[in-house]
Amino acid sequence: MSTPNLGTLRDLPKARLFWPIVTLVALLLLNFAVSPGFFAIRFQNGHLFGSLVDILRNGAPTLLVALGMTVVIATRGIDLSVGAVVAISGALACTIIADSPTPDSLGTVLAAVAVALVFSLVLGAWNGLLVAVFGIQPIIATLILMTAGRGIAMLITEGNIITISSAPYKVIGAGYWFGLPASIVIAGVMFAVAALLTRKTALGLLIESVGINPVASRLAGVRSRGIVWVVYVFSGLCAAIAGLMISSNVTAADANSAGLYIEMDAILAVVIGGTSLAGGRYSLTGTLIGAFVIQTLTTTVYTVGIAPSITLVFKALVVIAVCLLQSPALQARLRSRRASTKGVLA
Amino acid sequence: MTITPSTAPATDAPRPAVEPIIRVDDISISFPGVKALDRVSFRMFPGEVHSLMGENGAGKSTLIKALTGVYSIDSGSMTLGGAPLVISGPAQAQAAGISTVYQEVNLLPNLSVAENIMLGREPRRAGAIDWRAMRARAAQLLARLNLDIDPASLLSAHSLAVQQLVAIARATDVDAKVLILDEPTSSLDADEVSELFRVIRGLKDDGVAILFVSHFLDQVYEISDRLTVLRNGALVGEYLTREILRIELVHKMIGKELATLDSLESKTRQAAVEGDVVEVPYLEAVGLGRKGSVEPTDLAIREGEVVGLAGLLGSGRTEIARLITGADRADSGEVLVRGAKRRLRTPRVALRDRIAYSSEDRKREGIVEDLSVRDNIVLALQADRGWFRRISRKRQDELANSYISALGIRPANPDALVRNLSGGNQQKVLLARWLAVAPRLLVLDEPTRGIDVGAKAEIQKLVSNLADEGMAVVFISAELEEVLRLSHRIAVMRDRRKVADLPNEDVTVGQIMGLIASGAEA
Repeated sequence: MSTPNLGTLRDLPKARLFWPIVTLVALLLLNFAVSPGFFAIRFQNGHLFGSLVDILRNGAPTLLVALGMTVVIATRGIDLSVGAVVAISGALACTIIADSPTPDSLGTVLAAVAVALVFSLVLGAWNGLLVAVFGIQPIIATLILMTAGRGIAMLITEGNIITISSAPYKVIGAGYWFGLPASIVIAGVMFAVAALLTRKTALGLLIESVGINPVASRLAGVRSRGIVWVVYVFSGLCAAIAGLMISSNVTAADANSAGLYIEMDAILAVVIGGTSLAGGRYSLTGTLIGAFVIQTLTTTVYTVGIAPSITLVFKALVVIAVCLLQSPALQARLRSRRASTKGVLA
Repeated sequence: MTITPSTAPATDAPRPAVEPIIRVDDISISFPGVKALDRVSFRMFPGEVHSLMGENGAGKSTLIKALTGVYSIDSGSMTLGGAPLVISGPAQAQAAGISTVYQEVNLLPNLSVAENIMLGREPRRAGAIDWRAMRARAAQLLARLNLDIDPASLLSAHSLAVQQLVAIARATDVDAKVLILDEPTSSLDADEVSELFRVIRGLKDDGVAILFVSHFLDQVYEISDRLTVLRNGALVGEYLTREILRIELVHKMIGKELATLDSLESKTRQAAVEGDVVEVPYLEAVGLGRKGSVEPTDLAIREGEVVGLAGLLGSGRTEIARLITGADRADSGEVLVRGAKRRLRTPRVALRDRIAYSSEDRKREGIVEDLSVRDNIVLALQADRGWFRRISRKRQDELANSYISALGIRPANPDALVRNLSGGNQQKVLLARWLAVAPRLLVLDEPTRGIDVGAKAEIQKLVSNLADEGMAVVFISAELEEVLRLSHRIAVMRDRRKVADLPNEDVTVGQIMGLIASGAEA
C-alpha cells in the first residue's frame, strides 16, 4: 500500500515524480560527462551565465505553454492552438512596436504587450466557448485555431517577418532582472501564480473533479462550464507570454515559424510530468520537471554532438523510455516478475 | 430470507424428453465485498423463451456475463448441450453458439446493414472482402427474420426497432443455439415490440433458446414460456410463466427481508402524524414530467417527512427524482419550493434551494473515484461556495473527520482514495457530501443497493434521524420492506406514472405489490 511518507528508499520508485527526476538528473550527468564545465555558473557583470542557466532560459517558453496545457489536460481537454497563439502574440506586439514612432519608449512596449495579452485572452475564450458551450471535442475545437491562428498572424504581419529594435521589448526574452534572465523570472512568477491559484482557491479541486468524473461533478453542483472556460483562457494567456518571449529573444515576429510544434513539446512535458491525458489528477511540479527534461534533451543533442539527422529519433527514445517507466501496466508486470522470482505469496 | 431451495418447484417437468441446452449448476461469482451470484442454478431448453427476472443487483447481468464468458465463475459448473462450457470471452461464447444482443444497440450507424451483420466475419476472396457474398449472406439472414430491408442501406436510415432486429440477425448468423436479449424493448414503441416478438417467435420455432430480459411485466407474460427469478444474487426459483400470477412474481422479485430495525418503525410513523397537513410542503411538483421518461406527476414532500417511492425499475421512480433535483430538465409542469415557483434547470440551481440528489449510479454519477475521501466530502459544499471562497484545509479536515466518525466510514482516513473503499463506505462518503451542504430536501435513490447489511441498517437509521430533525427526504428503494419501514408516505409508480400516494398507515408490502403489479390482474 502506498503511504504518504516517502520514508524508505524502497518506496522511492513508486513516488510520482521519481522517474521524471531520474531522467532529468541522468541527462544532466550525461552532459557533465561530455563537457565537464557543464555545471559551472559564472556571475559576470551582475548577470548569471552558464549552461544550466541557458537551459532554464530556453526552456521558459515551453514551460509556460506546458503550464496552461497541464490544467487543460486535467479537464480531459487538449489545446493544440498554443503554437498559433505564440505566433499571434509575437506578431501583434512586434507590429505595434514597429509601427510606433517611438519603439524604444517603455509606454509603447507596455501597450504592445497589453494588446497581445488581451487578445490572447479572447483567443482562449474562443477555445473555451467551442469546448464548454458548444461541446466540440477539444482536439477539434483547438485544431481550428491552430490552423486559423497562423493565418491571423500572417494577416497581422502582412506576410513579412517584422524585425524590431526596441530595448525595453528585448528585455522580456533576452534581458536580466535581479541578475537572472528575465524570461526565467517571468516563467517562475507564472508558475507561482498557477500554483497559488490552484492550491489557495478551490480551482485545483474542482478542475480535478471535472476531469475525473464530469457527470458526478455536475450533480455535485460544480460549474464545469466555467472551469473549462477558465483553463482555456489561462492556456491562451500562457502561450501569449511565451510568444512575447520568443519574439523578444530574436527581436522579430515570424508568423510561420514562431512557436511551431511547441504544442507537441508542451504535451510531452505534461505527460513526462506524470499527468494523464485522460484527465483528472495533475501535477504542476511534474510539468516543471517535464519541461526541463525536454529542454535538457535539446541541449544534450548539441553538447553530445548528436548528428542533426538523428536528433528527433534520440528525443523520441528518451520520451518513450520515460513514458514506459511510468506506465502502470509495465510497473505491474515488473512487480509481478519480481514477486514471482522471490516466491512471495500473494 | 424466504428463498426457495434451488430445485425448481415441482409444479411439473415440462418437456421431459428434451435435454436442456444450457445447464448451470451452483455457480458463484464474487467481487471484492460483494457476492454477486451465490450458488445459482439455471437451465434453458431449446425452442423456449426464458425470462430472467429480478431487480437491480439481483444478479441478472452477472449471470448473463458468466454465460457469455465476460466473468469467470468461482465455483459450480456450466454445460452447453451436455458438454462442459469453458469460455473465457465473448468471442468464444459466440463461437460456442451463445450470442448476445445488448441493451444499447452496439452497431455502427454509419455502416450498411450488411456490413453491420457481417462485421468481423466478412466473407473473403483472395484476401479482399467479397462484397457480393456478404450482401447475399446478409439478405439471407434478414429473410430468415422476415425483415424486408435492403442490406446495402445505411443502418442509421432505419428505426431503432429495425436496428435491434439487425443486431439479432447479426447474433443469429453464427448458428446461435442460445440468444440472449438484454432489455431489447426498452426503447421501442408498441408496434416495434410486436415486430420484435414476431421475430423471436420465429427463432423459437427454429429451436433457438432465447433468454429474454425485460422489466416490462406485460412483455414477459406475452412472450416467455418460463422464467427464472433471482434476488440479491441468489436463485428464488424457476416457474412456468402461465402458472405464476403477476402478484406472486413481483413478490418473488422484491422479496422480504426481516431486518433488525424494529424500533425505527413506530418512531418514524409517529412523526408523520405530527407533521400536519397545514404547512406548505418544502417541495411540490405539479404535473411535472418529461417526454419519454415520466408522465406528468404530482408529488409533495414536507419537511420532517420521508416520502418513499416504490415501483419497479423503469417505472418512473428514478425519473421523477431526477426532475425534482435538476438532474434532468422537465418539459412539462412546475416545481414549487416552499410555495414559490422555481425552475430547477441544473443540479446546481437545485442545490441552491438546498435540494440534494444522491444518484442510484454510485460509480458513474456519485463518487469521484481518484479523489480522496476528504475531497469527495467537501466537493458539493465547495462547489456551492464558488472558486475563490476555498474551504480552509483545517475546516476540510474537521468536516471530513466529523462525518467519518459520525457515519463510521472505513478506513477512517480522509486521505484514502475513494476508489479503494467498499461500496457501503463509498455510499457513506456520498451521504456525507450531501449532508455537508445542509440540505432541506435529500433525495436518496437506492442508497442501500449493493452494500452489506450492517451499512444498510446504519444508513436507514440515519435517514430516519434526519427526518426527525426536520429534513424532507425522498427515499427510493427496490426493497419494499425498507421503503415501508422508513417512509411516512408512499408514492407508487408504475409505467412512468404515479398510481398511488398513500400515508404509511397499516399499509402492507402485499398492498404495495398489488399496486405495482396491477393492470395485470385487473
